[in-house]
Amino acid sequence: MIGYLIKRILLIIPTLLAVGVVTFFLLRVVPGDIVELKLRGDGAAVTQLAIERERARLGLDKPLINQFGDWITGVAVFNFGTSMWTGRPVTDEIAGRLVLSLQIAFLATLIGLLIAVPLGTISALFANSWIDYSIRVVTLAGLSMPSFWLGMLIIIALLHVFDWIPPMTPTSLWRDPLGQLAQLFWPALAVGYRFSAIVARMMRSSLVEVLHEDYIRTARAKGLFERTVIIRHALRNALLPAITVSGLEFAFLIGGLVVTEQVFNLNGIGRLFVQAIINHDYIMIQALIMLTAFVFVVTNLVVDLVYAFLDPRIRYV
Amino acid sequence: MRAIQDTAILVDSPVPPRDAIARLDAAEPLLVVDDLHVTFTTPRGIVRAVDGISYRLHRGEIMAIVGESGCGKSAAALAIMRLLARPAGKTPKGRILFQGQDLLKLPESKMREIRGRDIAMIFQEPMSSLNPVLSVGLQIMEPLRTHLGMDKETAHARALELLQLVGITDAERRLDQYPHQLSGGMRQRLMIAMGLACNPKLIIADEPTTALDVTIQAQILELMRDLSRRLDIALVIITHNLGIVARYADHVGVMYAGQMVEQATAEELFARPRHPYTIGLLKSVPRLDRPRGGRLETIEGLPPDLLRPPAGCRFAARCTLRLPLCDTAPNLVPIDGAEHLARCHRAGEIAAGLTPPSRTSPAPRTIVAPGQADVLLRVDDLHTTFVSRPGIFAEPMVVRAVSGVSFSVRRGETLGLVGESGCGKTTVGRTILRLTPATSGNVQFGDTDVLGAEGASLTAIRRQMQVIFQDPVSSLNPRMTVGQIIGEPLKVYRLARSRSAAQDRVSELLSRVGLHGYMAERYPHQLSGGQRQRVGIARALAMEPSFIVCDEPVSALDVSIQAQVITLLEELQRELGLAYLFIAHDLAVVRHISHRVAVMYLGHVVEMADRNALYETPLHPYTKALLAAAPVPDPAVERMRGTVVLGGEIPSPSRPPSGCVFHTRCPIATAECRDVVPSLEDYGSGHLAACIKLPESLAKSHESRPA
Repeated sequence: MIGYLIKRILLIIPTLLAVGVVTFFLLRVVPGDIVELKLRGDGAAVTQLAIERERARLGLDKPLINQFGDWITGVAVFNFGTSMWTGRPVTDEIAGRLVLSLQIAFLATLIGLLIAVPLGTISALFANSWIDYSIRVVTLAGLSMPSFWLGMLIIIALLHVFDWIPPMTPTSLWRDPLGQLAQLFWPALAVGYRFSAIVARMMRSSLVEVLHEDYIRTARAKGLFERTVIIRHALRNALLPAITVSGLEFAFLIGGLVVTEQVFNLNGIGRLFVQAIINHDYIMIQALIMLTAFVFVVTNLVVDLVYAFLDPRIRYV
Repeated sequence: MRAIQDTAILVDSPVPPRDAIARLDAAEPLLVVDDLHVTFTTPRGIVRAVDGISYRLHRGEIMAIVGESGCGKSAAALAIMRLLARPAGKTPKGRILFQGQDLLKLPESKMREIRGRDIAMIFQEPMSSLNPVLSVGLQIMEPLRTHLGMDKETAHARALELLQLVGITDAERRLDQYPHQLSGGMRQRLMIAMGLACNPKLIIADEPTTALDVTIQAQILELMRDLSRRLDIALVIITHNLGIVARYADHVGVMYAGQMVEQATAEELFARPRHPYTIGLLKSVPRLDRPRGGRLETIEGLPPDLLRPPAGCRFAARCTLRLPLCDTAPNLVPIDGAEHLARCHRAGEIAAGLTPPSRTSPAPRTIVAPGQADVLLRVDDLHTTFVSRPGIFAEPMVVRAVSGVSFSVRRGETLGLVGESGCGKTTVGRTILRLTPATSGNVQFGDTDVLGAEGASLTAIRRQMQVIFQDPVSSLNPRMTVGQIIGEPLKVYRLARSRSAAQDRVSELLSRVGLHGYMAERYPHQLSGGQRQRVGIARALAMEPSFIVCDEPVSALDVSIQAQVITLLEELQRELGLAYLFIAHDLAVVRHISHRVAVMYLGHVVEMADRNALYETPLHPYTKALLAAAPVPDPAVERMRGTVVLGGEIPSPSRPPSGCVFHTRCPIATAECRDVVPSLEDYGSGHLAACIKLPESLAKSHESRPA
């Protein structure tokens, strides 16, 4: 098991390398130039010399392969370079926002699962009854409603009903945990609703299937209490597909919440992503994509480990 | 000694006090099923799965309920446990008295206490009936902790006893394992151990050995009978296998289309069957205990649709003794004494000597001795090895599915290939057809080297060599009509000049296999199992082959349908001169259809001979064990012969034993067998066997043979 874990962790390196290669060269193909954008952005007149000088300063005059070499060797020692736009190290720019995005992602996952598991279970237990249909309407709404729009509805509702608006100014979890929670809870709820809808529907269908399995009939034939049959025998089997979906959704939440962050005035990874793309800030975009890929790979690994824990048939060697 | 201790432990364990009441009236039947009706609501209407069955059972007795698929036997069993799928399965009607208590009137909470404590149930498929993610120990301890309130330590100790009681070795380690780590036979033992946990008074076993191999089936059934006798447990066995009924049951009920058609003691039923359906069933199974007859008798037609059962006798449409009177429903009435009941207007006449005329055409099957025909297929030292990698970093696993198999098949001949699961018989067939690549060896078909054939020569032999698969459900494309399925090879090989010629050929093929032309428009799911298998046969025939690999073609079919398909295959062979490689695990079926038989075990042919030589004087200990393990449908024969149960499990083909692969289970093996790999030797007139002990044991069996 430990050996497997080490192998899996080592496998992350070639995966990220491949992501790095593709990202680097694809970005260079995209038309537009950061230097021109930066210097002529406001319609200012600049000399060709100034542009050349800026290009040289950013290292954009070197052959592409050298640029890639410089960047990837830096990445290997966790030096992701400096932002071409602000000149600050990208890790500094990302760190604070990543903490915020992670908080939202975890909180949304927690909220999502707390809603999804009971909802999906009840839906499956009363499959094709009015209870099931009502829950399916609720989850279908979650799938169809954009999170940012739900976010706006939440803010408006809070304002109208309670005459209160969640805090919109950035604080820190360590300095003011309650204030931070008050701020992050609402976006996490907006996102978590969608999350719960996806997972609950997955829960429902897998549990309905599991409830028809022969071993559930065996468990009933043994005279077990119905709650033991459901919780011990059925849920553990039904959770597996739901966990896969949860992993993918969680990874998406890091960096995928562009508009929702806007609505709640949050300075997260999503917003940074958009800015970097608009600015053609290659170094920043590459770092963000590497980060997103890393989150996906790690989440996948965690999902696989949870699988192995829940299902003894899966043993990694 | 061990066994006696185990019993003592079982009796000592906590028994609920209310048992005392039941013990007082021991003469009362334990279970009385009285006019039980079960209905299912389906989108097409209400299905009367069980339509008024009644029987009673005392402690320590074994009752068998026999019938074909869809006759309602499982639904009747699940109704006792009140485990019918809701909401489709409505509350059953009638009475089910268990120790005088009507189970159908009990509240669910009381019923739950009875399940697993007083009545246990064992299901058909031991793999899917055990929870894959929970440990063996937890699953076996669950009923103990729920019903008897045992603490962890007591339950653990009891679980160990139970595993030993059902013959699972190394019990302590097994408790921490998971179902997928156990073999099929062991899983079924575990199911039985779970059933026995709380000292039940009644065990219901729904096809308990259908998914198991013959030798393992014998182990499990012996165990169940033994436990039933020793612990005074009543047993209801639901099965379609008449041999099992004859060997183990005291009482038998035969079900047809939701009704009991005949009920009697096992001896009575097999000696003097009174219902035409029972008589037909008994005649349509090939039998190992009788000389091989000409053709099998068949029950033509299909059981009625239970959505709209006929008003009169439900068997009338298929019955050869039908009278106008049969349009009125007969009652289940005593014939020859109160114990023997039959639901037939003419049961009295049958008792007086009337026999149903047979449906087979009178022409006896002339066995063209294919001994002189030329060899069509020659297989020489064939090896097929599978290499798999469970993961990208894992060591490759090597499975030697076929190791050194040689045989030949003549034109118009049937070679039977028998063996238990995992013996490589299916792989042999697939390798010959080039569906699986061979590792080494030689296969000669006519003048063509099959393994080396490419391009046009491969296409040519593909036309000549066809296959019929086991499962007619999964081997026919559900999105294609029957006509498209049969017509596809005509298109691919351009065997029909035009579209209408192809259509004519399809309807000709359909009528050849006994189907109507209009069925070309149907989809596979609209056909019955037997009809689907006929489609599979028609598809194979479309290519006008000279050789067909039949891979378990009848094992998924019901007894009466099985006989129809076997008869069809025999007719086609006679008319078209086909050669068959008939792969099966059912020894009686193989004997019926084959000219010669080869027995396989773990990738090796251990014995090969003419049919009669093999079945009358089997040489190899494995062949003998197989024949002994297969129950025959005659209680008199069954009770006379001692049951030799082959112990142990079939070893994994990825780690075959050294020397003779059979030595781990062989009753006559010695230390030598562990080292020496036996070769196939000729013991006279082409009777080949691979066993180094044979000259000795052969001499012995000749000595002991009565004059």
